Amino acid sequence: MAIKQITVFVENKQGAVVPITDTLANHNVNIRALSIAETNDFGILRLIVNDEALAEKTLTDEGYLIKVTEVVGVKIGDAPGKLTAALEVLSKSDINLEYLYAFMARTEKHAYVVLRVEDNAKAEAALEAAGFHLITDADICKL
Amino acid sequence: MAQNYYQKDRETMPVEDLKKLQSEKLVKQVKHVYDNVEYYRKLMNEKGVKPEDIHGIEDLHKLPFLTKADLRDAYPYGLLAKPIEDCVRIHSTSGTTGRRVVAFYTQNDVDLWEDCCARAIVAAGGSNKDVCQVAYGYGLFTGGSGLHGGSHKVGCLTLPMSSGNTDRQIQFMTDLNATILCCTPSYAAYIGETLKEKGMGPNDIPLKAGIFGAEPWTEEMRRGIEDTLGIKAYDIYGLTETSGPGVAFECSEQTGMHINEDHFLAEIIDPDTGEVLPEGEKGELVFTALDKEAFPLLRYRTRDICVLSRKKCSCGRTLIKMAKPMGRTDDMLIIRGVNVFPSQIETVLLNEGYQPNYQIVVDRVNNTDTFEVNVEMTPEMFTDKLSDILSMEKNLANSMKIMLGINPKVHLVAPKSIVRSEGKAVRVIDKRKLV
Repeated sequence: MAIKQITVFVENKQGAVVPITDTLANHNVNIRALSIAETNDFGILRLIVNDEALAEKTLTDEGYLIKVTEVVGVKIGDAPGKLTAALEVLSKSDINLEYLYAFMARTEKHAYVVLRVEDNAKAEAALEAAGFHLITDADICKL
Repeated sequence: MAQNYYQKDRETMPVEDLKKLQSEKLVKQVKHVYDNVEYYRKLMNEKGVKPEDIHGIEDLHKLPFLTKADLRDAYPYGLLAKPIEDCVRIHSTSGTTGRRVVAFYTQNDVDLWEDCCARAIVAAGGSNKDVCQVAYGYGLFTGGSGLHGGSHKVGCLTLPMSSGNTDRQIQFMTDLNATILCCTPSYAAYIGETLKEKGMGPNDIPLKAGIFGAEPWTEEMRRGIEDTLGIKAYDIYGLTETSGPGVAFECSEQTGMHINEDHFLAEIIDPDTGEVLPEGEKGELVFTALDKEAFPLLRYRTRDICVLSRKKCSCGRTLIKMAKPMGRTDDMLIIRGVNVFPSQIETVLLNEGYQPNYQIVVDRVNNTDTFEVNVEMTPEMFTDKLSDILSMEKNLANSMKIMLGINPKVHLVAPKSIVRSEGKAVRVIDKRKLV
């Protein structure tokens, strides 16, 4: 059920992200969501894209150090308090959240949240039991 | 396993005979140098030593030392002992730490050097049935020419690849069935990484042995190279000042390198006092070239710290063995008053599962030394979790602190972002020297 996230190791220097997004654009890969975590030395660029396999191959061929991880994607209503409701489900189920980032859909009145947890299956079960709709790679492609 | 030798009479000579041979050669060589090298004659006169005072190796300690500073002072012809018309070749050090050193060779000097390299190749199992890929740099650097010449003497089919163009190295290796690889250990490790990236393993290449030298490397690095290339990795030692690689080489026992002491007389001295130390004690390695004609250095201080041993070797060679040098005294960094050898950093990295790709950056800020180590992240360890990477850096810094006694700042950097020049990695950037 989980969706695939690509993480790229980025040197912390000016313009380091440009060739990455440029390469993806040249291969017609569309970025759905991204987040960057950085230190003084380096950054970690996390991407959700419409064609994960193509992006993975493209970046590897270009010599980037990447890692593909499965994360949980959940659909929430685009209204105040909806994110809190989803996070409360995890908290109540004792699921530790590493990080999250969110993105909006273009047409629907929905937002999507990418959740990084230790146990995907457990988080997914808890969210589904609470009535949340999970998204898959196939959904991402269609967005 | 049956032992093969390139020059059995010399390599297995009874020690008493060997010492007699060394003594005879030394007496002649001191006279040759005194008569032909004004620079050294002056040093001997200052010390009050005459060639007649040298009756054998027991008198070696009476002779003055030569250091790298002498070689720089005497650049380029000051230590030349033969007329230029008798010389056929020049090699040079990389000159990264100061003025270049040039060494001259007569044809006899080249022959002797190539014989030494041939001994190393045969000791690593080489014969005329082997295909020997020489991936040391060719040119002024001695690595390429030395092993190339040795490979010819053994009768191997020689692939003069020089360093670099790793894809082509791998293609020639597989297409032409190379069985022996000669290069720097860091380049061997790099070839291994490239093989892995191509999805190839040890079974996809025909190599059986490697002869690696020209830079310090550790036992951990040896095991890593042996695993990725599926070979037995042999160490070789030498320096441009004495000829090049082949001054000492490893045999199948791999408990130190046999010094070709019929040509190069070795001593261990206390680097601070210059006093000769007994066998088995750790100190600075000093060489006297017994046969070299054009550039015959007497008591040349190598700055390499190691131990000598004449323990009987299972390979049958009687040549004295030197332990792998801990590092050159001029490789050693003094950071915040603590001695740091780059090889210690390498040991930590290999123990912790990293590739030995690192760079030490030392600087001085507000009168305090800064000590940073850049380490290449490995694909196996990369993760999307920032906290995990930060703790990897912290753990590495801790392990280095335990090894060295001082705390470095560790930075993980992208794979292959640390520059490799001609296969020889740039391990240390000491910005303090620029001030």
